[in-house]
Amino acid sequence: MKDFIIPDRDFGTPASKAKEMVTLTIDGFDVTVPAGTSIMRAAAEIGISVPKLCATDSIDAFGSCRLCLVEIEGRAGTPASCTTPVAPGLKVHTQNAKLKQLRRGVMELYISDHPLDCLTCAANGDCELQDMAGAVGLRDVRYEKGENHFEVRNTSGEVNPNWIAKDDSNPYFTYDPAKCIVCSRCVRACEEVQGTFALTIEGRGFGSRVSAGMAGDNFLSSDCVSCGACVQACPTGTLQEKSVIEIGTPERSVITTCAYCGVGCSFKAEMRGDELVRMVPYKHGKANRGHSCVKGRFAYGYAAHKDRILSPMIRDSINDPWKEVSWAEAMEFASNRMKGIIAKHGRHSVGVITSSRCTNEEAYLVQKLTRAVFRNNNTDTCARVCHSPTGYGLGQTFGTSAGTQDFDSVEETDVVILIGANPTDGHPVFASRLKKRLRKGAKLIVVDPRRIDLVDSAHIKAAHHLQLTPGTNVAVVTALAHVIVTEGLFDEEFVRTRCDWDEFQDYAEFVSDPRHSPEATQFLTGVKADELRAAARLYAKGGNGAIYYGLGVTEHSQGSTTVIGIANLAMLTGNIGRPGVGVNPLRGQNNVQGSCDMGSFPHELPGYRHVKNDSVREVFESLWGVQIDNEPGLRIPNMLDAAVEGTFKGLYCQGEDILQSDPDTKHVAAGLAAMDCVIVHDLFLNETANYAHVFFPGSSFLEKDGTFTNAERRINRVRKVMAPRQGYADWEVTQMFAQAMGANWAYTHPSQIMDEIAMLTPSFAGVSYEKLEEMGSVQWPCNEKAPEGTPLMHIDGFVRGKGKLIRTEYVATDEKTGSRFPLLLTTGRILSQYNVGAQTRRTDNVVWHDEDVLEIHPHDAEVRGVRDGQFVKLASRSGETSLRAKITDRVSPGVVYTTFHHPTTQANVITTDFSDWATNCPEYKVTAVQVSPSNGPTEWQEEYAAQAEASRRILAAE
Amino acid sequence: MSGNPHEKLVYMANQISKFFESKPHAEGVAGIAAHINDFWEPRMRRHFFEVVDAGGAGLRPLVLEAAQTIKRPVAETV
Repeated sequence: MKDFIIPDRDFGTPASKAKEMVTLTIDGFDVTVPAGTSIMRAAAEIGISVPKLCATDSIDAFGSCRLCLVEIEGRAGTPASCTTPVAPGLKVHTQNAKLKQLRRGVMELYISDHPLDCLTCAANGDCELQDMAGAVGLRDVRYEKGENHFEVRNTSGEVNPNWIAKDDSNPYFTYDPAKCIVCSRCVRACEEVQGTFALTIEGRGFGSRVSAGMAGDNFLSSDCVSCGACVQACPTGTLQEKSVIEIGTPERSVITTCAYCGVGCSFKAEMRGDELVRMVPYKHGKANRGHSCVKGRFAYGYAAHKDRILSPMIRDSINDPWKEVSWAEAMEFASNRMKGIIAKHGRHSVGVITSSRCTNEEAYLVQKLTRAVFRNNNTDTCARVCHSPTGYGLGQTFGTSAGTQDFDSVEETDVVILIGANPTDGHPVFASRLKKRLRKGAKLIVVDPRRIDLVDSAHIKAAHHLQLTPGTNVAVVTALAHVIVTEGLFDEEFVRTRCDWDEFQDYAEFVSDPRHSPEATQFLTGVKADELRAAARLYAKGGNGAIYYGLGVTEHSQGSTTVIGIANLAMLTGNIGRPGVGVNPLRGQNNVQGSCDMGSFPHELPGYRHVKNDSVREVFESLWGVQIDNEPGLRIPNMLDAAVEGTFKGLYCQGEDILQSDPDTKHVAAGLAAMDCVIVHDLFLNETANYAHVFFPGSSFLEKDGTFTNAERRINRVRKVMAPRQGYADWEVTQMFAQAMGANWAYTHPSQIMDEIAMLTPSFAGVSYEKLEEMGSVQWPCNEKAPEGTPLMHIDGFVRGKGKLIRTEYVATDEKTGSRFPLLLTTGRILSQYNVGAQTRRTDNVVWHDEDVLEIHPHDAEVRGVRDGQFVKLASRSGETSLRAKITDRVSPGVVYTTFHHPTTQANVITTDFSDWATNCPEYKVTAVQVSPSNGPTEWQEEYAAQAEASRRILAAE
Repeated sequence: MSGNPHEKLVYMANQISKFFESKPHAEGVAGIAAHINDFWEPRMRRHFFEVVDAGGAGLRPLVLEAAQTIKRPVAETV
């Protein structure tokens, strides 16, 4: 890792996890380290940096550069310290006359084939080759100019056949083969850290070159996923961020948290002044352990994009153009409208949507705004449309909605069931950690209608792929339980001690019924009985079994039932309460866990406590000084229904684009259009803003302080690295609006908001910014009982006491295929784009994905006369749109798939308003559709585009 | 499924019912009532009772039974 500017010590080789300790002597100093540690790392532990080039502590030792040679008393030769493990009593010398001479000789050879353009090289001051030349005292290169890799032409002007031009194809980094020392760090990072195997060394000896993909590929056309691990590992300027080439080296770094997915990677934002030079994953970050994906590392350009709105805006009607105004004017306009609505229609006629992209502190203030200032419980968040069934299902079975493990747990897993999640695209850094474990021998069971990458990719092959028909999750999960119970594979001791035995017997009787057997359900689910039986046996008896799941589980009419079924499986097999097991929801947005924790749901106050409980309300009432409504408020779909009906008139929507992300676009638009005051608080004029009357410009994660909570309940700090471009952090904007509405809030820093949260919420009682500074991050519950937080839940008992096994009857969705709509559409994400794409579409990530495409099986395409790349019309009972087709057998016949990243497609005009029975989480994953060839955009798309364009007009400043 | 509010709430109540119908009868009835009390805003419950009071057309029997213990919303206080 190139950390010479901003030191973050590189120990050369990874830490050993051995318990046994070994003592040896290095340069006369005693050092005690775990067995298996390299001599290089042991030396680094006592502050001695042995010169090195091919070693870095994110990847295994390789022993190729021969610079880290040492002498060991009583052993022959000069072994490489990176590949030589410690042994008791060794006496090691890292510096003597012989070693110095050898190292200088090695460096001289390296430099003889390296351009000496250091002053103008982008890696100047940040180059390990440069540093090592200095460290070994290289003063002279005696070799005469000869065959080399770096000169374009030789002295006679002939083209140098060894010279390869720079590869600029990746939008974020360059590969300059002239500067390469063939240390293989990039190749190894791609294999070991990322797990993509896109890079290789081709040729041999002097002809060895780093190569992406096959012959003829460049970085962009290869399998490279642009995670940047190779760039980070490169010790020279060979692989270099384009931002560093353009700006120069950074001068300081600030630790912060990524604002993309629910993995919540820690990053060093490396700065020069207030300009962000690059993002480098922080190796002490406990979620990501030094790794990142293309979004987190590179796709931050949206924060400085020209589309960003920097001035508040208002308009009387959504048919008017926007008018830019001062913050004071915007607050006055917004508060007058809201007050007017409340006076006329009552306090229940307005509400809020909190953002799962904003900080905990910001979500807390927005829900507080509706509860304490508007005085109702009409608050909801985007978790409604993703993981609300997780909240319900795990709450019922375990007693808390949270995932049970930390991400480190995957390192101890033996069998993984992955249901309805596609981590290589949706949660890439977790996927890399999972793949690392799978390559070491863990088994994988994939339950997904689509052949996702993890089913079969480089050095990974799933043991079982249960390729089910969309909408039959409950039948599959219940059939797995049927096999586990009827074949006696369950963990009786765990069930007897940790669950209620009577409830188990009731449940066992239910699942044992032959109608739940895989033989009975295979006709319905499309999953072969023997395959399902084998998968059940593997999970029950294969060692530590962990279930990871995503929105393919929750976004169904029976989403909550599937979550309950998953919890049942974990309890039946005793896979709860220790490392390597558990039930792990992979959360969508960066702070969707946090926004739920902060009381964004309409029925519960922060910390998941129902508003009906007097004792809970009293705690808040005494601090807030107002009476809190004891009735649950409206959820997003209910708000829209109430709006259409005329009883819900005003909405403050922070950092959420419901018009694009929520199902049945036409219904959402009708609901928004029926309101008298829609306030959108966002970075951009998003789709929802087409129907807004007030626009508060938002601040990016780089511009404010706060905390995000990731999928493992880890509270990570977000740190301000530059001033908000529009003047205020989002929490300040919410506070100004609350003040305009009459509240007496006076927070001067987000840490005060966190102190209030800690005071009111038992599971956060021990959380403070001081603690986060001290520990880096902490997993809730964090309180007197667990002052350092809780990496693993339910160790000795479930939060609710006994775990509850609940019957999970399969009920088919009412969204059914028929002659008019014979195909099933399911939706998902792609690696380079994020959610509705508001951020990633405004970065160079569009080179990988600039439009949504429809994946369709060759058979379905042929019978419809659909050709690859052709525009097709996609129609459902709700609406129709058009997009290009991609013919692939990743989907089964009868199933089509698309993403929802682009507003021009508006895949959600197709999705219906069927939803989860318990939480109203929309059924995105199953829509009956028809596909037919088409010439281009539908009438609806054209109308939509025209309306959006008209509604985004901004009056020129006077 | 978009339509008038009554149709939608009947659909939602029946969906809840289908989950609880696999449970022992008393637990199922209690489960439906508790679920609606905990998660349905008073406006939704008001519409729900408009359906129940008009004879409960379209509601599954277990929902009708549960309606006995579903809280009637109190008149709105501003």
